[in-house]
Amino acid sequence: MDQLLQFVFSGLTVGAVYALVALGFTLIYNASDVINFAQGEFVMLGGMVTVFAHAAGVPLPLAALLAVAVAVATGLALHRLAIEPARGANAVTLIIITIGASILIRGLAQIVFDKQFHRFPSFSGEDPISVLGASILPQSLWVLGGAAVIVAALWLFMERTLLGKAVRATAANRLAARLVGIDTALVLALAFGVSGAIGALAGILVTPITLTSVTVGTLLALKGFAAAMLGGIGNPVGAVAGGLVLGLLEALAAGFISSTYKDAVAFVVIITVLFVLPQGLLGKRAVERV
Amino acid sequence: MRVSPRSATLLLFLAVFAALPFLLASSFHLRVATLVWIQALAAVGLNLLMGLAGQVSLGHAGFFGIGAYAVALGPRHLGLDPLLSALAGLILSGLLALLVGRPILRLRGHYLAVATLGLGILVWLVLNSEVALTGGPDGTQVPRLVLFGWRVAGAETWYWITGAVLLVGVWLALNLEDSPLGRALRALHDSEVAARVIGIDVARTKLVVFVIAAIYAALAGSLLGLFNRFVTPQVADFLHSIELVTMVVIGGMGSTLGAIVGAAILTVLPQALTVFHDYEHAVLGFMIILFMIFLRQGIVPGLAALLPRRAVA
Repeated sequence: MDQLLQFVFSGLTVGAVYALVALGFTLIYNASDVINFAQGEFVMLGGMVTVFAHAAGVPLPLAALLAVAVAVATGLALHRLAIEPARGANAVTLIIITIGASILIRGLAQIVFDKQFHRFPSFSGEDPISVLGASILPQSLWVLGGAAVIVAALWLFMERTLLGKAVRATAANRLAARLVGIDTALVLALAFGVSGAIGALAGILVTPITLTSVTVGTLLALKGFAAAMLGGIGNPVGAVAGGLVLGLLEALAAGFISSTYKDAVAFVVIITVLFVLPQGLLGKRAVERV
Repeated sequence: MRVSPRSATLLLFLAVFAALPFLLASSFHLRVATLVWIQALAAVGLNLLMGLAGQVSLGHAGFFGIGAYAVALGPRHLGLDPLLSALAGLILSGLLALLVGRPILRLRGHYLAVATLGLGILVWLVLNSEVALTGGPDGTQVPRLVLFGWRVAGAETWYWITGAVLLVGVWLALNLEDSPLGRALRALHDSEVAARVIGIDVARTKLVVFVIAAIYAALAGSLLGLFNRFVTPQVADFLHSIELVTMVVIGGMGSTLGAIVGAAILTVLPQALTVFHDYEHAVLGFMIILFMIFLRQGIVPGLAALLPRRAVA
């Protein structure tokens, strides 16, 4: 029982990170139909910039802030320099552009940073807390709490602010949104910037537990994408649910089946979802008009 | 004399194929050219799927890897002849493509890209993790190919063999484009609904070309294994899948010649960039973005559009 609870704790922690990556995917996908495979690089930047700024003597909160700023700038640059000039290109071209961007970001990060694994100290100590016979790291609580705050903030922004409503309107129908006077170009830039921030925050929160290096982005992007698929691509609630479910499945598979194939879970999930439930857990059935 | 685009492609390739050994000074250059032919074979197959059917495989390196490991593991674990092992690899790849493609290709949209993405990574994970079987991340040896007592060796020999296989592959691909299947594919690429209305079995047609593309990739993988006499899981990794897709897109989707040009660029470039070892990834990513933005239809169709109409026709 406590073993199961242990797996649930670690699964939810990792799942929260997948959920945030999937949420970033969803934001950009809704605003622009672009599947952004560079999403994982935001997470990498969040962790790596914080590590190096902290090592250079910057206090941790400031270093984290700097990392978020770098990721936001990267997201905006990605939109302005790579996605915007290719407007009107087909889906495959856009996917390849984002993959190219992720290779470029990783390549640049390799030059600026190094290839080692790094971490910085946990926010509130390393001593595990004992809960019902299982133990949980304080940093895990930070990850879960942080993810909850980010999701709640995003929800409030979408539901309660005029700009958030503009984002939702753009996602629903770009042309109609433009007709009622919404600056869709601004909304798009906003989506990339916010995605960058969310990714970076995920990276900062989880680095004390999982460590980070310049190469962590690819797998995170793919798993975040799997989570978004599982939840129904384009659905933010689905993205969060998909991320948590994927994290849980991974932890349970690692615990009870084989830790070697932990990383396989996400991809088995992708294929299973496509076979059984192509619109995802919470996705709408797509009806195409001819 | 009017030359059809099909013959033009074949003649052009044949001319380059025959002339290169006289122009390339060292065996290192011949080795690079051989690698180009091998990658081009996989790209030509993938181009059928992308250019004709309008579907993308983001896990094509998985099929490539199956072909490559077939020639390594078949002889060692099953005592099979390398050629027979390669054949087994092709069949396995084809069956896997059939198994995954059948349910997925019934769906509209780019679901195949997502499914193959998962499939490719699963193949890579197995190759990487089953250390006892595959040698794990360190890779494994491939026995030398012996054809009827002739030990196949030397850079030049492999240059001719891989080039000849590519030539056949290109010829088959070009014929396929002009076959009823090719026309059906082009029709459904333009409009699936219209294609269905005129009686094309859309799902089946896509499935056939997906299986063919998987077999091309597996054959390329087998050639690489036999040529290098060593394979590592890298041949099946996600980056290689992306490189294959990029070859097709850079060269020009739908153009067989383009697939070869794309393969040449993406194979030669990293060799040239080894001087700037640390910058290799950054430059690759930068190039991909530049090509996608400024030469969206690809090199070969882009250049063809510049030539006077008569010369292309």
